[in-house]
Amino acid sequence: MLQKDFKRLTLYLLFAPFALWIILLIILPHIGMVALSLREKVAPRVYEFGFANYLDFINEPIYWNTLLRTGSMSLLVTALALIIGFPIAYYIAKLASNRTRGALFLLCLIPLWVSDLIRAFGWILLLRETGIISSFLVWSGIAGQPIEFLYNDAAVIVGLVYTVMLFMIVPLVSTLDGMDNSMIEAGYNLGGNGFTVLRKIIVPYAMPGIVSGCIVTFMLTAGSYLTPILLGGKNSSWFTEQIYNQFITRFNWEAGAAFGILLLLFTSVVIWLGLKLSGQTLANTVAKS
Amino acid sequence: MRIKTTVAGLLAATMLGGMGSAQAETLRLLTWGSYAPEALIEKFEEEYPDIDVEVTFSNNEEMIAKLRATGGAGYDLAQPSHDRIYAAQFEYDIYKPLDLSKINTDAMQAKLLEGVKENTTIDGEVYAVPHQWGTSGLMADKTKAPDLKSWGDLCDPQYKGRTSMRLKRTIILGMAYEMGEDPFAAYSDLEKYQGILDKVSEKLIECKANIKAYWNSGDDLTAMMLSGEIVGSETWDSTAYKIYDQNPDITFVPPSTGALAWIDTFAIPRKGKADDAAYKWINFVLRPENVTIMSASTGAIASVKGAKDLLPEDKKAAVNAAFTDADIDNLKFFANIPPGVEDMEGRALEKIKAATGG
Repeated sequence: MLQKDFKRLTLYLLFAPFALWIILLIILPHIGMVALSLREKVAPRVYEFGFANYLDFINEPIYWNTLLRTGSMSLLVTALALIIGFPIAYYIAKLASNRTRGALFLLCLIPLWVSDLIRAFGWILLLRETGIISSFLVWSGIAGQPIEFLYNDAAVIVGLVYTVMLFMIVPLVSTLDGMDNSMIEAGYNLGGNGFTVLRKIIVPYAMPGIVSGCIVTFMLTAGSYLTPILLGGKNSSWFTEQIYNQFITRFNWEAGAAFGILLLLFTSVVIWLGLKLSGQTLANTVAKS
Repeated sequence: MRIKTTVAGLLAATMLGGMGSAQAETLRLLTWGSYAPEALIEKFEEEYPDIDVEVTFSNNEEMIAKLRATGGAGYDLAQPSHDRIYAAQFEYDIYKPLDLSKINTDAMQAKLLEGVKENTTIDGEVYAVPHQWGTSGLMADKTKAPDLKSWGDLCDPQYKGRTSMRLKRTIILGMAYEMGEDPFAAYSDLEKYQGILDKVSEKLIECKANIKAYWNSGDDLTAMMLSGEIVGSETWDSTAYKIYDQNPDITFVPPSTGALAWIDTFAIPRKGKADDAAYKWINFVLRPENVTIMSASTGAIASVKGAKDLLPEDKKAAVNAAFTDADIDNLKFFANIPPGVEDMEGRALEKIKAATGG
């Protein structure tokens, strides 16, 4: 009997940090945000309950256009990260020798050792009109005059893909790692070519890794702030920038909170749709890999 | 046993640490980048060994947001601009009234002091005194854009893709003056002000095609200007002075309609815990010998008497290259922002940023 109580206590104690984390840092702040977003400012220091902030969002095309733009660019970044990351992950998991594997993983990790900000500045140095790439093109005679690569959506996408790449590679490597090489050999023995083997054997097997990598990547991208601000140009709006503007420039915390909730709902819906379309569930993807 | 001694050691260490910090007072400054030069902090801590200075760099909007989040706790001295005190205090109650008897107001220029007091008095209590002032205007590379003289010139097609501005309220106000309006006078009639905002937004959206990129920080702007990627921009004068130091072809240009002048102030957050240390810091940085160190770092002019002579030599040269006496007379001081105007301006700025102009 005592043994049982002790076991239960151990379980509670082990679970406590996680529960505290979730409740204090995730659930409570979000309840606060929802409450804040349902306040309407009627006069200085006077507030009323209402849905005005959400109506504001619906009635102002600028806001939902920015949200859709952020969503579609995040999907593009996710797709690019998958296309670039998959061969790398496959090489690390299946082709590299044990010794090079560690080194390759390390190479993927190293960019994460410096902060977002420094990485963005690195890209600025490379891409700006008087930057390294442009100067090299002029020096080598390929371009007649300096070219501006910075301050456009392509720069934002490049920067974001670079930032989130690791979060795509890690789950892919861990699922591909568990795959038996004989399955691939069997595919070839049965007369499949490279493409068929990829389509019928490798991708289905790696699906949990692909889905969880995509979810993490998409969430990170849609919620990123620094990279779009620093690399983006005069026309590149990002939804997180709108949230920042509401909170900081306009002193409108109520609308900012509403936008935050809307971003959360939007990304959740996109992920739900993605899971439905790919026929996966959270339980057998994210939880598994 | 081993664990017990470690825990005891840790406890003792925390207690000692706690006692250590209880003895020394901490002055937590919330101010602009470069407004607390290391040399000055060291000098201050030498003079008052029991005060530790901690600095957080910020800007007007973030200062107010931070103080609003905590109801005025977390900092002991803040330095928002003079036009950002009244509405913030009125709406969010984040500052406490100043005890002017503890501040050496005799050292300050009477006109600036009176101006700030007038702008920041609520119910007979004064909430801020001036520290430094400076202007927002234009800067241009004289060899490449000698004729860049007014806000509107940033939109001149001959500089297509070679100008920049910060997408904040300054450029809205500047462009309003350029279009013959008086935005500050319209603050009392918000409907009229909305009309001006609409007109200015339209102009700035048209102008977008001419702009290379909007700058976000003084560093961005410096890099673009010094590398020659742009030939002219909207700027703070202090940033322009720093660039002048490295390339004398680039000078600050007061726009033909008048440069916009701001005064950064001292204000004490409502739940600040080191008021005495804050007053000591205020009086300390207003001393003539310290004003020179401060101005060397900030590029702004102190609000003390004879401040122009206290500027370091390189800054004095830059100021003289930029301003004539007529320009000084033509300064437009930022007027108090009434509640609600930030929201209107924010909406206009969003519209400009979202428009596809090229």
